[in-house]
Amino acid sequence: MTAPLPKRIIKETERLQNEPVPGISATPHDDNARYFDVMVEGPGGSCYEGGVFNLELFLPDDYPMCPPRIRFLTRIYHPNIDRLGRICLDVLKNNWSPALQIRTILLSIQALLGAPNPEDPLNEAVAKQWKENQQEAINTAREWTKMYAQRK
Amino acid sequence: MPPTRKRKLDQTTSISNATSPPKRHQVEDLTREEAELPATPQTLTSDKGMDSDDDFNSVASSMDLGEEMSSSVDFGAADSDGDVDEYEDDNTGFETSAKDLVGKRKAFETDFRVYSPQDIQNQQDAQVAEVANLLEQPPEATAILLRYGRWNKERVIEQYMDNQEELLEKAGLGQDIRRNPPRIESVSGFVCDICCEDDHDMESFAMICGHRFCTDCYRQYLTQKIKDEGEAARIKCPGDRCNKIIDAKSLDLLVPADLTNRYHALLMRTYVDDRESLKWCPAPNCVYAVECSVKRRDLLKIVPTVHCDCKHAFCFGCTLADHQPCPCALVKKWLKKCEDDSETANWISANTKECPKCHSTIEKNGGCNHMTCRKCKNEFCWMCMGLWSEHGTSWYNCSRFEEKSGHDARDAQARSRQSLERYLHYYNRYANHEQSAKLDKDIFHKTEKKMTLLQATSGMSWIEVQFLEGASQALQQCRETLKWTYAFAYYLGRNNQTEIFEDNQRDLEMAVENLSEMFEKPTDQLAGLKVEMLDKTAYCQKRKVVVLDDTARKLKEGEWDLIFCTP
Repeated sequence: MTAPLPKRIIKETERLQNEPVPGISATPHDDNARYFDVMVEGPGGSCYEGGVFNLELFLPDDYPMCPPRIRFLTRIYHPNIDRLGRICLDVLKNNWSPALQIRTILLSIQALLGAPNPEDPLNEAVAKQWKENQQEAINTAREWTKMYAQRK
Repeated sequence: MPPTRKRKLDQTTSISNATSPPKRHQVEDLTREEAELPATPQTLTSDKGMDSDDDFNSVASSMDLGEEMSSSVDFGAADSDGDVDEYEDDNTGFETSAKDLVGKRKAFETDFRVYSPQDIQNQQDAQVAEVANLLEQPPEATAILLRYGRWNKERVIEQYMDNQEELLEKAGLGQDIRRNPPRIESVSGFVCDICCEDDHDMESFAMICGHRFCTDCYRQYLTQKIKDEGEAARIKCPGDRCNKIIDAKSLDLLVPADLTNRYHALLMRTYVDDRESLKWCPAPNCVYAVECSVKRRDLLKIVPTVHCDCKHAFCFGCTLADHQPCPCALVKKWLKKCEDDSETANWISANTKECPKCHSTIEKNGGCNHMTCRKCKNEFCWMCMGLWSEHGTSWYNCSRFEEKSGHDARDAQARSRQSLERYLHYYNRYANHEQSAKLDKDIFHKTEKKMTLLQATSGMSWIEVQFLEGASQALQQCRETLKWTYAFAYYLGRNNQTEIFEDNQRDLEMAVENLSEMFEKPTDQLAGLKVEMLDKTAYCQKRKVVVLDDTARKLKEGEWDLIFCTP
């Protein structure tokens, strides 16, 4: 690391370790304090319940002026998440505010799992299925959760 | 539109110079009249057209540019008077460039005004000052309101009067902006949510929403928005999901001067972009904006060519280079048609057939009707496209010639051919003039050389050889017009007017070719041709005016049968 780590990132990391959010964890890499291994549990009552989803999170140089980059590593059947794990979420793009934090963003992602939005799709095929046959889509999401998102 | 700025200026000038009070009532009456009559440059108009409440929007957009001037006198406090004076000083040159008042207007001429960035800035400031006075809001807040309302002043005022709270909220302002002048403070116990710094004497800033951040973070945030994202009019508070818009005054407190300049330049850009009656001149590096009142919906009836002070002539409707007499919609269709391959496809369908077996495209360039496909070796009859073996003994003579399917196919082919021929007829002429105009441009570059040479050989003075430059420019302009008459003609259905149009077109073409020919003459003969050339130049210009005037007038009156569905 050439530049010293900004106070903001140090504080955020400390707080994530000391007061973890239930169902969410984010651990920085030893060799790169801007790169985090993230784990998010599927919210209770949703079709992702019981699943444990791994994500990667990277804080770019101009963070917090720019949003962090986040991607699902675990496969997931969700209309706003594509096959590469990229997430369509307003706060990660236009509505990013430097006052937001890793913690709040991860909560937003967890909320997105609880409330898929097929009207604003990133994954067209899944969104179509979600709109045409919601029950079927939910079943598929459950299956995928069982198949790919189990705690190892 | 023509109820232009110019007249407004005159009004204000007289008002601020002379002591007589503005005669508002008189002005209002005149406006009522004007709301009913189509505006002509000669009509004395005013801005108070708003008073007639029908036609609210259209009148608003065409009028309000000028409005601030007289209104600012009406409502004016001390500072807006200052603005007015400043304005006059800046615009003394307008008198001469005001094309709308000079002479009798031709049907193809459009009223417009050219503004420098300073004019635009003054306009903005004057409008803000006026509305600020009326709403009793500080100017920086008023500017945000006006930008939110896309500079539709009357609507903003109306909405404000209707529901002040709602408008302020929606526009991203707070209720009490008046009581809370922006300031940078040191608040004890403050921790910046962005950088997490908590020095006790750290300077911080918050808008009325109360989202407080340290000035460093605020500055960095604003710099990124302005520099990287080119945002200005709607920079929000950095707080999460906060919709408060940063105002110019707060911004000035927070960022360095170079960024403030960029910020204001961006604001000016959105100001011009927001107004239907203003457009930036599209010429490279040109800083001027042009005002013209021609509306989008009028563009089938009028081709609003405007002439920027940088000498660039462009269409106010589509910002392409001048394309009179062809209306914007047809220009767009024509250019698309020339660009895409639709005519290639047409040529293929007109001149080729497909092998019935392997569907290879085949052009028959001679020989008999007995075809053998080179690819699949299929033998078939070019006439009926059937197998050759079924033709029995009637070699070289297709007995199925008169079948209906064959008939239809030939009809379709004939139509394709005809359509292609028609297109090529117009396209060739269009392209020829485009090409010639380019060549003429080369001539134009050689003209200067010729002029110097002519001065040397004939002993003529520099002034005396200027006729060459005049001729060269006329040539280019006329070719440009001619070029577009062919695109126009392609979409022109035949009616009683067509012949007149074609006559005019031919006259102009002949005049242009004559003049063009003279240009090619060796330099030593040019001096002797001066009078003739001057005549021909004038004649060309005259023919051009005839073509443009005739087409524009009939366009306005809907006398052309324009075929919009032609592919």
